[in-house]
Amino acid sequence: MSIGQTFLGLLEATPRHGYELKRLYDERFGQGRPLHYGQVYSTLARLLKSGLVEVDGVEPGAGPERKRYAITTAGVTDVQRWLAQPEKPDIYLQNTLYAKVVLGLLTGRNAADILDIQRAEHLRLMRELTRRKADGDLADQLICDFALFHLEADLRWLELTTARLDHLAATLHDEAAPTPPTSPAPPTSPAPTDGRPPQHVPTQFSSQETT
Amino acid sequence: MTEPTEKQPLLAGIELHKTYGSTPALDGATLRIWAGEIVAVMGASGSGKSTLLHCLAGIVRPDAGEVRYRDRELSAMSDAERSALRRGEFGFVFQFGQLVPELTCLENVALPLRLDRVRRREAERRAAEWLTRLEVDDVAGQRPGEISGGQGQRVAVARALVTAPRVVFADEPTGALDSLNGEQVMRLLTEAARQAGAAVVLVTHEPRVAAYADREIVVRDGRTRETVLAPR
Ligand SMILES: Nc1ncnc2c1ncn2[C@@H]1O[C@H](COP(=O)(O)OP(=O)(O)O)[C@@H](O)[C@H]1O
Ligand SMILES: [Mg+2]
Repeated sequence: MSIGQTFLGLLEATPRHGYELKRLYDERFGQGRPLHYGQVYSTLARLLKSGLVEVDGVEPGAGPERKRYAITTAGVTDVQRWLAQPEKPDIYLQNTLYAKVVLGLLTGRNAADILDIQRAEHLRLMRELTRRKADGDLADQLICDFALFHLEADLRWLELTTARLDHLAATLHDEAAPTPPTSPAPPTSPAPTDGRPPQHVPTQFSSQETT
Repeated sequence: MTEPTEKQPLLAGIELHKTYGSTPALDGATLRIWAGEIVAVMGASGSGKSTLLHCLAGIVRPDAGEVRYRDRELSAMSDAERSALRRGEFGFVFQFGQLVPELTCLENVALPLRLDRVRRREAERRAAEWLTRLEVDDVAGQRPGEISGGQGQRVAVARALVTAPRVVFADEPTGALDSLNGEQVMRLLTEAARQAGAAVVLVTHEPRVAAYADREIVVRDGRTRETVLAPR
């Protein structure tokens, strides 16, 4: 999942400090694997260099954690492009798709469109696999079917999420208030009970995929 | 804005509305089907897929909006004209209960031809050909109660195609089948329709079934949603 674009999405509503970005990312998208500060600041440095964010204010003192970052117009365009572009369907998409939906809602975009674009992309690949199956031998059929069943599971999730968008939007709205910029890195608030990312796929699943 | 005839859709439902009591089943659904294409109509249960199919096939009359087959508006036809259209140009496959239990499978497939006054020997010859194409010639002499669900659906597909329809309407044709039988029915249905040049309106909520189509239309709360194209 793209940390850079996720940061940009989180910055779109309001400028934030690096530690705030880290906290929000860890809470919403981290799935128990928090970002290192090194990752946070190298990502922000890259975004600065490419003109997608700018430094919005610096507090007295030294070090990167004093800087507050704001998204630029180019940054907004970049988020827009990312959200509107379907992901290449694969079975590890859940984090990215979940993040896109949440960020789409947080930034007031049409999250249903994000899901629809992805559904169309999934179905396009499923049609291709179905055609390949028709021309192939039994081994091709079994391999294509494996992929087709997994893509179908993704689609079910997309459909269910579409049906739950209003609920998710309401949940996010309650949490959306930015933390005051002067506060030190606060303790992590309890994880939301709803609108949580789906669980990781079992490890057994990944070993099948890499063989 | 006049387009050349071959650029006209074969079948179109425009801004269709249909309410049952106080339940809106269709709320402005629009769908165009081109000759020979296979279109999946997807959507959650209760979203209005079957109602849309019934309107397009002239089985249900919409409260508002129009259905056009080639240059003709279905609501402007008489009941007799509409049933002639259904018999001559359309074929139907439903989830279950469509074969006549008293007739053999061969007689079931020959039935639409017999209703069109094709002589018995000729009707049964053509029916037998279709049973072979659908890989169920071995059940020709059996009655629907004596065969499996998958075989029954293949017989139903043969019956839908025997009259060489321009449009086949299939409403959850694999809904009662397991994966393997569902796959076989879809493969045979789409292969046969493509060879015959028939368009297919395929209602399904299963993505793997929809993947046999050329494109998909999503129905949500009685409205169609065209595929949103990603920026390239
Ligand atoms: N004959 C009918 N009488 C009353 N309500 C109906 C009838 N047919 C459909 N409906 C209602 O219209 C809505 C759409 O139904 P339908 O077209 O069957 O949806 P789908 O095929 O997508 O499941 C549903 O709420 C359903 O209950
Ligand atoms: Mg239905």
